[in-house]
Amino acid sequence: MSLVAVVNFGTGNLRSVQKAIEHVADKRVRVVVTDNGSELAKADRVVFPGQGAIGTCLDAMEKRDLREIFYLILSSKPFLGICLGLQAMYKFSEEGGGVQCMGVLDGVVEHFSDGSGRDKFTDPATGGRLKVPHMGWNNVMQTQPHPLWCDIEQGQRFYFVHSYCVQSNDSSQLYGVTEYGKTFTAAGGRDNFFGVQFHPEKSQSAGLQLIKNFVSWDGSV
Amino acid sequence: MGLAKRVIPCLDIDAGRVVKGVKFVDIRDAGDPVEVASKYDQQGADEITFLDITASSEGRQTIYALVEEVASQVFIPMTVGGGVRELDDVHRLLHAGADKVAVNTAAVHNPEFVREASNHFGVQCIVVAIDAKRVSDKSPLAWEVFTHGGRQPTGIDAIEWGQRMVDCGAGEILLTSMDRDGTRDGFDLELTRTMSNSVPVPIIASGGVGNLSHLVEGIIEGGADAVLAASIFHFGEHTILEAKQVMLEAGIEVRL
Repeated sequence: MSLVAVVNFGTGNLRSVQKAIEHVADKRVRVVVTDNGSELAKADRVVFPGQGAIGTCLDAMEKRDLREIFYLILSSKPFLGICLGLQAMYKFSEEGGGVQCMGVLDGVVEHFSDGSGRDKFTDPATGGRLKVPHMGWNNVMQTQPHPLWCDIEQGQRFYFVHSYCVQSNDSSQLYGVTEYGKTFTAAGGRDNFFGVQFHPEKSQSAGLQLIKNFVSWDGSV
Repeated sequence: MGLAKRVIPCLDIDAGRVVKGVKFVDIRDAGDPVEVASKYDQQGADEITFLDITASSEGRQTIYALVEEVASQVFIPMTVGGGVRELDDVHRLLHAGADKVAVNTAAVHNPEFVREASNHFGVQCIVVAIDAKRVSDKSPLAWEVFTHGGRQPTGIDAIEWGQRMVDCGAGEILLTSMDRDGTRDGFDLELTRTMSNSVPVPIIASGGVGNLSHLVEGIIEGGADAVLAASIFHFGEHTILEAKQVMLEAGIEVRL
């Protein structure tokens, strides 16, 4: 029997994360969706999808006294961050006027816009206008091998939806990049933590493969 | 390489079945929603949209079970709209497994609803659906917002409305031309282009697709980020894969 906990802070869609894990895992794997610290602490693996705005998400963690538990999980068991669950691991996000994050990975979270205003984002390559949020299927270039990339093609498309993106400062913590007007971190990690900006639970067979890889990952790189 | 333009089949749902009206009458039964959604997923649909057109309140409850069943089998993004009026409706749909919720009439009645919903659940899951009808054919072209499935005029300019909805936190706009819906004459490309140039968020073009080159036009001439169609896929005329091949030949980035 193995237990996978999906961190739930009350908003957004966690059902699909849960269903995707149940779809790929064998019958001995149990999935719980929870915000309970002791359940998270006893789980074998933890998935942190992150939801809504990053400030609200981190406040929700504080309100439930989960920060210490998170650091404990980060130092002890396979931990998958999805979307905000990746962004929250860096030092700082400029979302909502600026938020200090967990600081586990070296890098910052910035808005897609090029500084000429929130609603203008031009593609430097073509001069064309790019829409924000970055929404849809884009290619992920794997920058380093990792057990979670097992059986996933280089350049595979995954489903993204986000307005803020990560810029990593440490290439040893960078596992994948995507282009959208600029190059940003599509996957980052360290030790037993692996985080993705895209939504594997919504990325059809390639996404399910990544989740399958996570469910059998022992946390070593 | 790069972000792909999306092809989105739309399933109109009435009391748990897929239906397709031609010009809002003659509703034909097009099958079981779970089977149809799975079929489109296998054909390479980039997302799936369900619009609940059920009139009765007891019939409306079927949508939650349906969304939950689809979400356990189909692992691509799912948008659900139709009759979404309160935060609790949004919450229930997201909880059942929807990724995005489309709001239409309720946004016109109370624009703050869009702000509340996007503050609470995130802009990424709030789609504002706009049903627009041409009110001026001469320059400057103009379109008016209609509600209640295209029956009720509002006096609101569609382009200004789109901009206001983005200010309220809409993460995407599903733009339907009421003049073209059901006609198979192609998208209202001027409407699509004008909206796309006026708002920073992605636009889904809808209404009027009768053949695959209409999808190409929607992207290239209309500037849409995604194209939505129903009847050309439902009755076996074309598969999603065929649609994407035609788009690819036209030089459009697609996910194959």
